[in-house]
Amino acid sequence: MIQGTKPAVLVQKSAPQQRRIKKNIRGWTAWLILIAGSGALLLLMAFSVAKGAAEIPMQTVWEALTRFDKDNMHHLIIVDLRIPRVLASALVGAALAVAGAIMQGTTRNPMADSGLMGLNAGAGVALSVCFAFFPGVSYLQTVLFSFLGAALGAALVNGIAALRRGGATPMRLVLAGAAVSSLLAALSQGIAIYFEVARDIMFWTAGGVAGSSWEQLRVIAPWALCGLLGAFLLSRQVSLLSLGEDVAKGLGLNTTAVGLLCSLVVLVLAGESVSVVGAVGFVGLMVPHLARYLVGVDYRWIIPSSAVLGALLMVLADLGARMLNPPFETPIGALIALAGVPFFLYLSRRQRRMH
Amino acid sequence: MTAWRQKNESYKRKTALRNTAVIIGYTALLILSLLVSMNTGYTRLSPLDTLRTLFGGGNDKEKLILFDFRLPRIVVSMLAGAGLALSGCIIQGVSKNALADPGLLGINAGAGLMVLLYVLFFGAQSFLSIFTLPFLAFFGAGTAAVIIYALAVKKGQGAAPMRLILTGVAVQAGISALTTVLIIKLDDDQYDFVVAWSAGSIWGSNWKFVLALLPWLLLLLPYVLTKARVLDVLNLGDETARGLGASVEKEQRKLLAVSVALAASSVAVSGSISFVGLIAPHLACRLVGPRHSILLPACALTGAVIVSAADTVARVIVQPSEIPTGIMVAVLGAPYFLYLLAKSRR
Repeated sequence: MIQGTKPAVLVQKSAPQQRRIKKNIRGWTAWLILIAGSGALLLLMAFSVAKGAAEIPMQTVWEALTRFDKDNMHHLIIVDLRIPRVLASALVGAALAVAGAIMQGTTRNPMADSGLMGLNAGAGVALSVCFAFFPGVSYLQTVLFSFLGAALGAALVNGIAALRRGGATPMRLVLAGAAVSSLLAALSQGIAIYFEVARDIMFWTAGGVAGSSWEQLRVIAPWALCGLLGAFLLSRQVSLLSLGEDVAKGLGLNTTAVGLLCSLVVLVLAGESVSVVGAVGFVGLMVPHLARYLVGVDYRWIIPSSAVLGALLMVLADLGARMLNPPFETPIGALIALAGVPFFLYLSRRQRRMH
Repeated sequence: MTAWRQKNESYKRKTALRNTAVIIGYTALLILSLLVSMNTGYTRLSPLDTLRTLFGGGNDKEKLILFDFRLPRIVVSMLAGAGLALSGCIIQGVSKNALADPGLLGINAGAGLMVLLYVLFFGAQSFLSIFTLPFLAFFGAGTAAVIIYALAVKKGQGAAPMRLILTGVAVQAGISALTTVLIIKLDDDQYDFVVAWSAGSIWGSNWKFVLALLPWLLLLLPYVLTKARVLDVLNLGDETARGLGASVEKEQRKLLAVSVALAASSVAVSGSISFVGLIAPHLACRLVGPRHSILLPACALTGAVIVSAADTVARVIVQPSEIPTGIMVAVLGAPYFLYLLAKSRR
């Protein structure tokens, strides 16, 4: 008899508890964000294509897409400069935000973002080596170079974290990431100062998505889309990991394999973003917090919402970077941080399930 | 029961022995680093010359090099290292986050912005900079920390660790963004100075800076040591600490203030070397365990050893120019830290 009643007592949750669980997984809000967000994203992208140093009416934008005339200056600007740029910023924004969400979920650290995997620092070293020793390389080669650097940084972090038997625990990953990042950052700073290329590197990283081309998009888009797809597929496992490694193991999750897959996805997503725009850290840090604030603690909602919100933020920031002081560009990373900080502070004060 | 007690006793003895060994080892390393550092530099002095000069002999040139150039720089690097390491240890204890460092309280970002503004308006070669910059850096660091604390604190709750971290990260990002926007306006000379500063070059190296830095450490180190137990208790979590009778908010405020003072005074003379504050506590903890009464002194020694050793290497590795010490700190400290990380079982 006791055996019969006990599980029932254990399983049944009190009414407030149930309400809280429901509140924490806000499916309707999530759908709203996904649908409205995607709509807003499309509108904003269209708007962003029309705006810039040269004002181009919407009519011409439409004509450029439907009846492209390669002698028309406006058509060329739209097709060759603005559209790849807007697409690149949307992709990069989504990728950085999703990478940040995965990092925060798997490491359970609210300070975590893709920079912690050694990606930004690795790309930084590659960039300074590139500028110091191979000054003449093309834009696309530089991008590839920094992607390789990012991969190297991530491999170092994961390798060192997994050296010890028992594999890479989140804590170990976080510490190894912080140490390797500092080491690589110091190396690139040293190279930059010694070979006097610090200023060139700064202009490169401050440039953001300004130099995007179709050629570059063709290289990064497949990676970014694969990474995003992988992230959506892993979102359930990330939710489990965010409960803590022991709980996830107890629930039957192969934490080592999932951890490895997550690292891979983060590498692909953040690696290509960093190599395109440089270290725009705040997107990966802020957007997942914002998503969690809106849709609750379930990563099946957080990850898609982060993708949409991240893309939205990045396109908006890129538009701002072009519009603030034309024809000059404001550094996009700085713009995002300046606009994001007050908002982030407000969220952290409200603190309704931010972590 | 007796077996358990015996075991406990022997464990205690072992820990005490280990801790003494670690402290003695670090002190020996510190002295070694002092000796090596005195003998290295652009102008060669033989160990014998150094010793003779130290005890009153030696010609004017040797005296000038040793007493006016090398010694103050060595002492400043040691003091700054100890101050930053202690500050990091306190912040990691209060925020209960392994990734926290003095930078979290906006120390580096605030000081960096002030230095940048100064250089922007008065130029890098301004005669006054050696006197005004440390004050400005200290002021910037302190202001940033106060802003972060004011934004993170909530009535009746104090600054909950999570909110403190998030606020710190956000404010830091905001200040860095401002820095990025402003840094584009600098000319080459100014830019080089700011980059070298933010990479942590110990540029405030004369006895005045030693005198400016020493009182902070002499006053605050004993105070922090009396708070070792409080830090232990705070580490158990806010609720447990409250249950054990600690007035969490008050202690937190005091400890953070001390930590800011230590880090800001160090950063003011040494430039931005925040990495010490991150790794020294972890290194010390892996060597002597998490009890703050032993962790704090071990941490201060670790920081002093790392920064002074790094400074020595930084001075000689690419003569006649030198690379910023902060870079060397990361280059030396990170591999050691990673080695310990890979080795340790915890």
